[in-house]
Amino acid sequence: MSTLTDPPKPAFRLSQLIYDTRYRSITIQFVALVLMVLGIGWLVNNTVQNLEDLGKDFNFGFLGSPAGYDINQQLVDYNSQMSHGRAAFVGILNTLLVAFLGCVTATVIGVTAGVLRLSKNWVVSRLMAVYVEGFRNVPLLIWIILVFAIMIESMPEPKKFRGADPAASMIFSDHVAVTNRGIWIPRIGFTNSLSGNEAVASVEGLPAVASGGADWALIGVVLLISIVAIGFVRARSTRMQQATGYRPTTWYLQLGILVIPFAIVGLFLGMTVVTPYLKGFNFTEGIHLRNSLIALWLALSLYTGAFIAEIVRAGIMAVSEGQSEAASALGMRPKRTMNLVILPQAMRVIVPPLISQYLNLAKNSSLAIAVGYMDVRATLGGITISQTGRELEGMLLLGAFYLLLSLIISSVMNYFNNRTQLRER
Amino acid sequence: MKKSVFFGALTVAALTAGVASAATLDDVKARGSLNCGVSTGVVGFASPDANGVWEGFDIGICRAVAAAIFGDSDAVEFVPTTGQTRFTALASGEIDMLARNTTWTFSRDTDLKFEFVGVNYYDGQGFLVPKDLGVSSAKDLDGATVCIQTGTTTELNLSDFFRINNISYEPVPIETNAEGRQQYIAGACDVYTTDASGLAATRSTFESPDDHVLLPEIISKEPLGPLVRHGDSEWGDVVRWTLNALVSAEELGVTSANLAELSAAPTNNPEVNRLLGTEGELGAMIGLDANWAVNAIGAGGNYGELFEKNIGESTPIGLARGLNAMWTEGGLIYSPPFR
Repeated sequence: MSTLTDPPKPAFRLSQLIYDTRYRSITIQFVALVLMVLGIGWLVNNTVQNLEDLGKDFNFGFLGSPAGYDINQQLVDYNSQMSHGRAAFVGILNTLLVAFLGCVTATVIGVTAGVLRLSKNWVVSRLMAVYVEGFRNVPLLIWIILVFAIMIESMPEPKKFRGADPAASMIFSDHVAVTNRGIWIPRIGFTNSLSGNEAVASVEGLPAVASGGADWALIGVVLLISIVAIGFVRARSTRMQQATGYRPTTWYLQLGILVIPFAIVGLFLGMTVVTPYLKGFNFTEGIHLRNSLIALWLALSLYTGAFIAEIVRAGIMAVSEGQSEAASALGMRPKRTMNLVILPQAMRVIVPPLISQYLNLAKNSSLAIAVGYMDVRATLGGITISQTGRELEGMLLLGAFYLLLSLIISSVMNYFNNRTQLRER
Repeated sequence: MKKSVFFGALTVAALTAGVASAATLDDVKARGSLNCGVSTGVVGFASPDANGVWEGFDIGICRAVAAAIFGDSDAVEFVPTTGQTRFTALASGEIDMLARNTTWTFSRDTDLKFEFVGVNYYDGQGFLVPKDLGVSSAKDLDGATVCIQTGTTTELNLSDFFRINNISYEPVPIETNAEGRQQYIAGACDVYTTDASGLAATRSTFESPDDHVLLPEIISKEPLGPLVRHGDSEWGDVVRWTLNALVSAEELGVTSANLAELSAAPTNNPEVNRLLGTEGELGAMIGLDANWAVNAIGAGGNYGELFEKNIGESTPIGLARGLNAMWTEGGLIYSPPFR
C-alpha cells in the first residue's frame, strides 16, 4: 500500500535571494531602499556638519525680525518696519498675481492662436504659425528682457509729458500714460467710500476719491447675488424647455439682473474713474503697472500661449472628421459645431497637457529675477537671504512654496479634467 | 556578514566625505589658485578690461593675496557675484574670500558668520542725479524713482533715510551696477544710489559725466573691506596681513619701483626688513614663504599705488584720498606693526 505524501518543501536557502525570481525582486527593492536611505542620510549629515562648521544654527526666527527694505509693488500693506515674513508674503502675492494674469492671458492667446492656425484662410494660419514657432523656439528669458528693454529704452520719460507743448502725451483721451517707468491706467474710486474719504484729492478742487476693501467687498457680494439669480433664471428656462419644447428668451432679464443692482450700488458709493496725472517726478493716482510686471506678464503669456496654441490645435485635430460632418448633417452652423461638438471633445485631449503649461508658467515666473520684479524669489529668496544669511531656511521655504503652488494648480486642474473626461456609464 | 561590513564601510566613507575641511589655506594651495569673489563690474574697483583681464582696486587685493600664497598674481579665479549671491557664495565655500565693496556691519560679522579682515576703502552712500532734474538736496527727492541694488546695506539705508525724513520714493530693484547704469541713463529712474565711490566710478563711464551730480548728502558710513568665513582664523590672518602689508608698504615707503632693491638685502629699517622677509620669520608664522609680502606688494604695488592707479585723481574716476589717506596724512588707513 502506498501513501500519497506531499513532496517535501525545500528549505529556504540564502542563495534564493539572488537566483530565485520570487525573492529576487524583494532583494533588489531592499537594496535600493537601503541605498536611498543612506544617500539621504549622507546629504542630511553633510548639511548638519557644514552648518556646524560655519557655526550656524537652523531656525526660522528670522521671519519675525524687521525686514528693513522696501518693496515697490505691494498688494497688501507693507513697510520696511514689518517683518521678513510679511515681506515674503508680499512677494508671494506678487508671484500669484503674475502667475494668475499670465495663465489667463496665455489661455486666451493660446486658444485663439490654436483655432486660427487651423483656419482655412492662408494668411491667418501662416501668421499664427509664425507666432507659434517664433515664441516657442526662443528662450523665455530673452523675451522677458526684450520686452523690458523696449519699455525702458523706447518709451518716453514721465517728464516728457510736462509743459505746454509736451513731447509725449497720454493715450485713450488722456486716460493712460505709457512711460519708461511703466504704464499708468485709471483706477476705480468711490466718492462715498465705506472706509471714509481719507484719500488725497486727485486734482485741487475735486473731491477726494478713496478706494477701500469694503467697497469692493460690497460690489462683489452684489455681483455674486446677481449671478446666482441668473442661474435660477436659466434653470427655469431649461425646465420650461424640457416641459414645452420652447425656451423663453431671457437675455434681457439676465442682463438686467446683472447690471441694475450693480449700477445702484455704484451710484450709492459714488463710483468714478480716477485718471492718473503728473505730479512731482512721476505720475500719481491710477494703477501703476511697472515695467517689470509688464515685461514678465507679456513674455510669459506670449511664450506659454504659443505652447497652448499647439495643444489646442492638437486637441481639435484629435476629434474625428466624422464628428463635424455629422454635426453639419444635422444642420448645425460651423460656430455651434465648434462650441457644442468639437471643443467639448477636444477638451479631453487638451486639459492634461494644459496643466503642465500652467505649472511651467507659475514656476517660470521666478525669471522675475531678470527684470527686478519683486516676487517671492526676490523678497524671501533674494533680499531676505542676503540680509539674514539664512540661505538654507530661505531656499527650503521657497522650494516648499513653489511645490505647494504647483500641487494646488494641478489638483484644481485635475478636478476640472475629471469633469471634462468622457463618463462611461 | 560581508554585506554588513560593506554597508558599514560605506557609511563611514559617507560620513567622512561629509565633513567639510576647515583649512582653507591648505585647500587653496592644493587647488593651485585662489577663488576670489568680486563684483560683476564696477569700473575702477573690479571690471574686466578689453582683453577680459580683471583689473581694479578690489582685484588688486585678490591678486596680492594670490601672490602672497603662490608668488603668482595670476593664480586667482575671479568669481563675479551680485549683491544677493555674494554671501551665499562665500558661506558655501564657492569662493575663498570676497573683495567686493562689501560694507562691514555688525550682523554680517556676527550673525552671517563672516570675518571682515579690515577696511580697504572708507565710503558713504550718496545719490547721483542728472543736473537737469533741478534737485540740490536729497531731501527734495519726495516721490522720486530710485535705482537701488538689492541685498545691500545701501538698500536698508535708503529705506531708513526716506522714512526718517518722512518722504516717499519708488524703489527700482536692480541686480548689478551695469543694470543700474542702463536704467539710470534711460531715465527709468531719477536717482541712482550706492556707495559714493561706486557712483563716481559709474559716472566716469557716462558719455557726458558733467551732466550728472552727486548730491551733498552722504547718508551712511560704508567701511568696505575684504571678508572670509568664520571658523578659519589662519586663513583670515593670511588675508588680513596681506592687506596690512600693502598698507604698511605705503607707510614705510616701499613701492613697486624700489621693492627689488629693498628686498635684496637687509636695510637699516628693521620693520621694512621684517615685512620683506630679510629679517625674522614672519612668513613662516602664517604658513607662507619668507618673501610673501614682497610678492604681494609686487603684484600691483602698495595700497597708495593701487589707489592711484585704479581710482585716484589721475584716473577718470578721480577720487581723492580723503578718509582713505594714510593716518600720517590725516586719513584713516592704518596698519598694526609688523613685529
